[in-house]
Amino acid sequence: MASKKYDLRVYPGFRGITLLCLVILYAPLIVVMVYSFNASPSITNWEGLSLRWYADVFTGPESAKFKSAARNSFVIALIAATVATTIATLSATAILRGGRFRLRMVSFGLISLPLMVPEIVTAVATLIFFNAIGFDRGLLTILLAHIAFCIPFAYLPISARMQGIESTYEQAAMDLYATRRQAFTRVLLPLMAPGIVSGFILAFIVSLDDFIITNFVKGAGVETLPTAIFGAVKQGIKPNIMAISTMLLGVSVVMVTLSWLISRKDRKT
Amino acid sequence: MAGGAATGGSSTSDTYAEARTWLLLPAWVTLGILVLAPVAIMLVYSFLTKEFRGGVIWEFSLGAYDQFFCSRGLFGDEPCSIEWTYIQIFWRSIWQAGAATLLSLVIGFPTAYFIATRPPRQRTLWVFLVTIPYWVNLLIRTVSMKFLLRDEGPLNDFLTGIGLLNEPLAIVNTNFAVQLGLFYSYLPFMVLPIYAAVERYNFALSEAASDLYAPRWTVLRRILLPSVKPGIVAGCILVFVPSLGSFLAPDLLGGARNFMIGSLIEEQFKGNAGNWPFGAAASMILLTMVLIILLIFARQQAKAES
Amino acid sequence: MTSKTNDAIEVRNAVKRYGDFTALKKVSLTISDNEFFTLLGPSGCGKTTLLRMIAGFEDVTEGGIFLFGEEIEGLPPHKRPINTVFQNYALFPHMNVLDNVGFGLEMLGKSKSEARARAGEVLEMVQLTQFSARKPSQLSGGQQQRVALARALAPRPKVLLLDEPLSALDLKLRKAMQIELKHLQKETGITFIFVTHDQEEALTMSDRVAVMSAGEVQQLGDAREIYERPRNMFVADFIGETNLIEVTVDRIDAGRAACHLGGGHRLTCDAVDGIGAGASVHMSLRPERLFLSSAPTEGESLKARVRENIFIGTDISTILDLDDGPEFRVRASNSSRGTSRVFEPGTEVFVNMEQGAARLLMD
Repeated sequence: MASKKYDLRVYPGFRGITLLCLVILYAPLIVVMVYSFNASPSITNWEGLSLRWYADVFTGPESAKFKSAARNSFVIALIAATVATTIATLSATAILRGGRFRLRMVSFGLISLPLMVPEIVTAVATLIFFNAIGFDRGLLTILLAHIAFCIPFAYLPISARMQGIESTYEQAAMDLYATRRQAFTRVLLPLMAPGIVSGFILAFIVSLDDFIITNFVKGAGVETLPTAIFGAVKQGIKPNIMAISTMLLGVSVVMVTLSWLISRKDRKT
Repeated sequence: MAGGAATGGSSTSDTYAEARTWLLLPAWVTLGILVLAPVAIMLVYSFLTKEFRGGVIWEFSLGAYDQFFCSRGLFGDEPCSIEWTYIQIFWRSIWQAGAATLLSLVIGFPTAYFIATRPPRQRTLWVFLVTIPYWVNLLIRTVSMKFLLRDEGPLNDFLTGIGLLNEPLAIVNTNFAVQLGLFYSYLPFMVLPIYAAVERYNFALSEAASDLYAPRWTVLRRILLPSVKPGIVAGCILVFVPSLGSFLAPDLLGGARNFMIGSLIEEQFKGNAGNWPFGAAASMILLTMVLIILLIFARQQAKAES
Repeated sequence: MTSKTNDAIEVRNAVKRYGDFTALKKVSLTISDNEFFTLLGPSGCGKTTLLRMIAGFEDVTEGGIFLFGEEIEGLPPHKRPINTVFQNYALFPHMNVLDNVGFGLEMLGKSKSEARARAGEVLEMVQLTQFSARKPSQLSGGQQQRVALARALAPRPKVLLLDEPLSALDLKLRKAMQIELKHLQKETGITFIFVTHDQEEALTMSDRVAVMSAGEVQQLGDAREIYERPRNMFVADFIGETNLIEVTVDRIDAGRAACHLGGGHRLTCDAVDGIGAGASVHMSLRPERLFLSSAPTEGESLKARVRENIFIGTDISTILDLDDGPEFRVRASNSSRGTSRVFEPGTEVFVNMEQGAARLLMD
C-alpha cells in the first residue's frame, strides 16, 4: 500500500547534473594522467603502457631545465608558505583576539585584497613596482610576490580555526598565572595547530601553482615549473609535459587531501 | 573572494588587544609594499609616456587612455572619435565571463543543492570531491582541457568512435571552449556559497509551500531560490570577477579570435613590443570595473543582512 | 470500506518504520468532522510523525489514512486539502504578511487579487489587518503565530494540523492563544488536529485527546475521562500530578476492589475490568483529591506523618510518610475556605480520600 515517498528535497535530474559536473571536472585530468603513460611519442595514438616519459623528465634532454624549475618552485613555495603562514597567524590573532578597533575591518580588507584584485592586475602592478624601484627581476621578486598573494589563502583556514576556539581557554591560562605571551604560545598556538597546518598547505599549493604573476615578475632565464610547462606547451602538448603535469597534480592532490584529513580529524575530536 | 564571515563572530575577544599593532605590522608592511604601493605606482604609470623598448619615460601623458578610448585616424591627427577595438575586447570579456558564470550556475546550483541535501556525514566528502580539481594547477587543468577537447583529442576520438559524429567537432578556439575553460577554472566558487546557503535553508519553508498546494518546481522557484539568493549572487560574483581578467583559458583554449582583457594586458609587457602605460591603463580600467562590482555586491549583502 | 462522511480523518493500522526503528506501531484512530482533536505525548512518542503522515510529509509504511472516507496515502502534500501550522511557523521570509497568507490560494489557481482579498479577510479574523505589508521578521512571536494560522486557514482546508504551534510563546500569550484557537475552531467549523506535549494545553482546548507514548495510543477520550479515569500507569503519570502506589488486590466485591499496600495499610476503590483478585498493580491517587485531618474520618483513611510542607502559590503541597509504607503527596488549595489546615512537620495525621480519588491502573 505504501507508495513511493514524495520527498520534497529531491529534485529529479539534480543527481545527474552533479555526476555530470564531476565527470567534467575529472575527465580532463584523468585523460592526461592516462596519456602520460603512453609509450608513443605521438599524443594521439595509444601504443601501450610505459614509463618512458617519466624517465624522460628526469634524464631526457630537457631534464636539466625541468629540475632547476622544480627546485625553484619548491624552494619558493616552501619559503613563501612559511612566511605567509606566520604573517597570517599573527594577523588572525590581532583581528580575532585584539578587541574591536578602527582598523580591524580595514586590516581584514587588506589581507583579502589579493583575492579581490584580478591576478593579471596584481601581476602588472608588481612588475611595474619592481621596475620603478629598480629591483632586478629574478628569484627574489618571484618570492616576494608569492608571499603577498599567499597570505589570504593561509589566513582563511587559520581564522576559521581561531573562531572555533573559545577565548576562555586563554583566559583560563592567564587566570592560572600565564603571561599573555605564554597564553599565546602554550594554549592558543597548540589549539591552532590544525588550522595553521591547513593554511600552510594551501599557501604552499597556491604558490606552487601560480603562473600568471610568476610569468610577469620572473627574470629572463628564471623558470618555475608552471612557466616552464607553459613555455613548452606553446610549442604543443608533448608526452613529457603530461608526465610532469601528472606528478605536479599528484603533489597537489596529496597535499589537499592531507589538509582536508587534518581539518576533518580535528573536527571529530 | 573572501567570506566576510572570517572577521566578525562571537568568539572575538580582546586578549591580545595591547599587542595588536605589532601583530598586524608584518601584514601591513608586506601587503602595503607588495600590493597597495604597486597598484598606486601602476596608476601613476598609466599616466606616463611609453618608451619603445618597454618601460616608461617619466613624463605626464594621457596617451594611454587616449589610445584606449579615442580613434584619431591613420596618422593620428584627426579629432577624437570613439575607438571600438579595446571596448570590444572588454565587451567580449564581459560576455564570455557572463556566459561562463551562467554555465557555472546551471551546473553548479543543482550540484550544490544535491550536496547540501546529502546526509551530513557525506557532505564534506562531496564538497571535497568538487573542490579537489580547483587545487590542481590552473595551467595544468587548462592544458588538460585543451588536450581532451582538441580535434584529434580523446573526446572527439570517442564521439567519432561510437558513431555519434562523422568528423571531429572543432571545440578548441571557439568561444565555447573558453567558457568551458573558465567554468572549469572557477566552478568551486559557484558551488561553495550556494552550498552554504542551501545548507542553512530551512526546509520547513518548502514543506509549508507544499502544504499550501505548491508543486515541487513551484516550491523551487517561489520559495527556495529567493531564500538562497544571497548565496547565488555571491557565487556569480566569485566566478564572474576572476573570469573577467583571466588569461590562461582564453590564451590556451580561445585562440586569436577570442582575445580577452587578460591577453590584451599581457601583450603590453611581453618583450620589447609592448606599451607599458597602455597596459597599466587597461589594468586600471579592469580593476575599477571589478571594484565597482564588488562594492555594489558588498552594499547589497550589507543591506540584505540588516 | 464504506465512507462515513462525518469522520474527517481515519487512521487505520498505520505503521511507520525508519530502518529498524518503529516510530508508530499500528495506530488506529478516527477523528470526527468539526472536532478539536489533540495528540498528546512526550517528545519522541510518534505524535509529530503521525501528524506529518496526515499532512503528507512522511509516507506510511503500512496501513492507510483516509480523509472523509477516501484514501489519501500516496497523494503529495500539495494535493491534500489539509493545511499545517508549523512549529516554528515557517513563514516565507521574502514575502510580506499578505502574500504569505495568500500563497495557498494563489497556488490553488486563484488570481493574485482574489488571493489577496481572501487573505485580507482572514487577517481581519486574526486581527492583523494593519500588519499586511510587514515582513515576517518585523513581527513579534505572537503575531507570527497568528499569521501562520491565517495562512493555513485561508485556503479553507478540510482539516487543519497544528504542530506544537504555541510552544515558542511565553506563558501568558500561550494561554490567550489557547482560548483564541478554540474559538476559531468553533467559528470556522474546521477539524483541528493539534499536537502538543503540554497536558494542560491539551485538556484546556480539546474535544478529545489521544495520549501517545512509544508509538502507540495509550488512551483516547475527552479531557475528564483521561484525567479522572486514566487507563494505565503512563497516562496517570503523564497527565497531572499523582501518587503512584504499588498495591495488591485482595478481592473484588460488588464492583469494589479491596487492596493492601506496604505496611499493612488497606484501601478499597472502584474495580477495573481486567484487574482481578491477586493482581499486583499500581494505584493512582490524585493529590488534590486527598485531604488531611487530625482524626480518622468515616471514609477511607491512612495514618501518616507530615514530612514537609511546600508553598506553591495557589496550593500547598504536603509530603507525608506512611508508616512502613510509601511516600505521599497531598495538595490543598491555599484559601481560607480550604478543607484542610496546614500541619507542622512531624505531626501524625490521617490521609483521607474523596470519592473516586483512587484508581487502579494497568501497567
